[in-house]
Amino acid sequence: MLFLEQTLNALQLGLMLFLIAAGLTLVFGIMDLVNLAHGSFYMLGAYVAATVAAKSGSFAAAFLVALAAAAGVGMLVEWLLLRRVYGRGHLSQVLVTFALILIANETVRWIWGANPIDMGVPRSLAGSVALAPGLSYSEYRLAIIVAGLALAAALFWMVNCTRLGIWIRAGASNRDMARALGVDTSRLFTLVFGLGAALSAFAGAMLGPILSVQVGMGEAIIILAFVVVVIGGIGSVRGALLGSIVVAAVDTYGRAFLPSALGAFLPLDIATHLGPGLSQVSIFVLMAAILFFRPRGLMPATG
Amino acid sequence: MKLGATWWFGIVAVVLLVLLPPIASFTQQEFYIGVATRVLAYAIAVSSLNLVLGHGGMLSLAQGSLLGAGAYTTAILTVEATKDVTFLPGATSAWITWPAAMLVGALLGLAIASISLRTRAIFFLMITLAFNQMLYYLFFSMKVYGGDDGLGMAARSDLLPGLALENDTVFFYVALALFAIFTFVQHRLVHSRFGRVLEGIRINEPRMQALGFDTYRYKLVCFAIGGAGSGLAGALLVNKNLFVSPGLLDWLQSGTLLVMTILGGVGQLWGGLLGAAAYLVIEELLSAYTQRWQIGLGVALIAVTLYAPRGLGALFVPRRP
Repeated sequence: MLFLEQTLNALQLGLMLFLIAAGLTLVFGIMDLVNLAHGSFYMLGAYVAATVAAKSGSFAAAFLVALAAAAGVGMLVEWLLLRRVYGRGHLSQVLVTFALILIANETVRWIWGANPIDMGVPRSLAGSVALAPGLSYSEYRLAIIVAGLALAAALFWMVNCTRLGIWIRAGASNRDMARALGVDTSRLFTLVFGLGAALSAFAGAMLGPILSVQVGMGEAIIILAFVVVVIGGIGSVRGALLGSIVVAAVDTYGRAFLPSALGAFLPLDIATHLGPGLSQVSIFVLMAAILFFRPRGLMPATG
Repeated sequence: MKLGATWWFGIVAVVLLVLLPPIASFTQQEFYIGVATRVLAYAIAVSSLNLVLGHGGMLSLAQGSLLGAGAYTTAILTVEATKDVTFLPGATSAWITWPAAMLVGALLGLAIASISLRTRAIFFLMITLAFNQMLYYLFFSMKVYGGDDGLGMAARSDLLPGLALENDTVFFYVALALFAIFTFVQHRLVHSRFGRVLEGIRINEPRMQALGFDTYRYKLVCFAIGGAGSGLAGALLVNKNLFVSPGLLDWLQSGTLLVMTILGGVGQLWGGLLGAAAYLVIEELLSAYTQRWQIGLGVALIAVTLYAPRGLGALFVPRRP
């Protein structure tokens, strides 16, 4: 039962990671932009959703406002600033997006204060359901899984079945060729950046009630999203999904089962502290191993 | 021989730094001796990153973890020396703990680079970032050495009889001497055959390979030297603060080191000192007036990146042809 519950947890984390990583991998793949500040949209989504939910009491409104705010800010930042650094090499991009992290964190601290804010679970989803005898699971976490699956399906439909999706795939595969064939890449870049920001904000808003909404939450999760993007292959949405599930599984099972496994041959006190750290370390070992054998990730998009 | 602007800058900077403690005590601003020591420690770390980035052409986000590993090495050896039962032979002598920090930095750098250098561009950046986080979580989960609470040292390392590092002024001059030696070594390295080959690799790696150079090995050694420098900076920093926590290994620290490097000037001999001084002095001054100084720093950083990408160090040297 514990294993089943952890599997659901892994699925939930994996889907949220996917929402963050999908935007990141598209921005990497299409604009060739290293965006360290992608996690700031995740943080923005959580803060805006928490505020709107507290003020209006409506979660639907909170999500819509969070999505719109992140998409708006994202497109504005792309339009005003980031398009200047596309051709400038990775060092400039790292520095400019690092500066954006500093600005975003300090601005959020300015508006909302330095203390974590509490975003309650919506009352209609506060209970838990019995999925099987002996396994009851939080309704809200289940809702996250359902929403994540729905959004992932919508994203796949968009990428594979719409004209925008064709442009996106063309851009990820070969930017210059797509431009030569008449894709308005400048507008496409702005759209994709806004889309990525909105997806990331959605994940932040969904996870807000079960995590603490605080400054720095973006930097904690963005590293996992980077790992997902690199494992999956830059620019590949399918790869991002695969990578998210793999990373979430290693993280969740590691946290759940490593301490007791270590406890078999280490003192309990040491094992409980070593377990969570080692499960994080194992994610990076996995990434290094995959890059060692498949330097371009599992499903590279560029041809 | 006619001295160039780089030399004049160095001479002026060193003279000013030598005069700093007496001036600070005369004006009763001893606080700034500590600030200057921190600047020197960071200057060594930034110069190390400058070697890796500016001369080796490797955009690494693992430098902060190497600095942190050096700090932890010194702190752990010092703490072990005070314990009765240990599984590590401890030491309080700077002649053991500081070289040990450099060795750990170099070996970790070697290990990280040996895997990371098999990848290119964004992947290199990402994999160094991953290694940075790996080390962060490693120290984070070592409850024996404080875990996330960090690890304190009871006293600074022993250097020589009669030369007590507990005295802030003495410690400052030791840091200054180490910085001067490091900068001299850096200068010699950059202008050696090794440095020339590295410069060639940075500009055009396939051509250097075609000329028969084992470019992988050159970059590996460069990264290891950068790791040793970062380890030394970590040893100085932990002696300055008498405390180290996993926060020092956070990936944002690696980002901050990159920021200092670009502020000072990528590939400039004095870029490390200028960058560290600019960043830390701005932090010290502005944070006294406003908590929001990071917004200003972010805007300044964007402006420097977009409009003055050669950094402060470029003010003192003519544009390279």
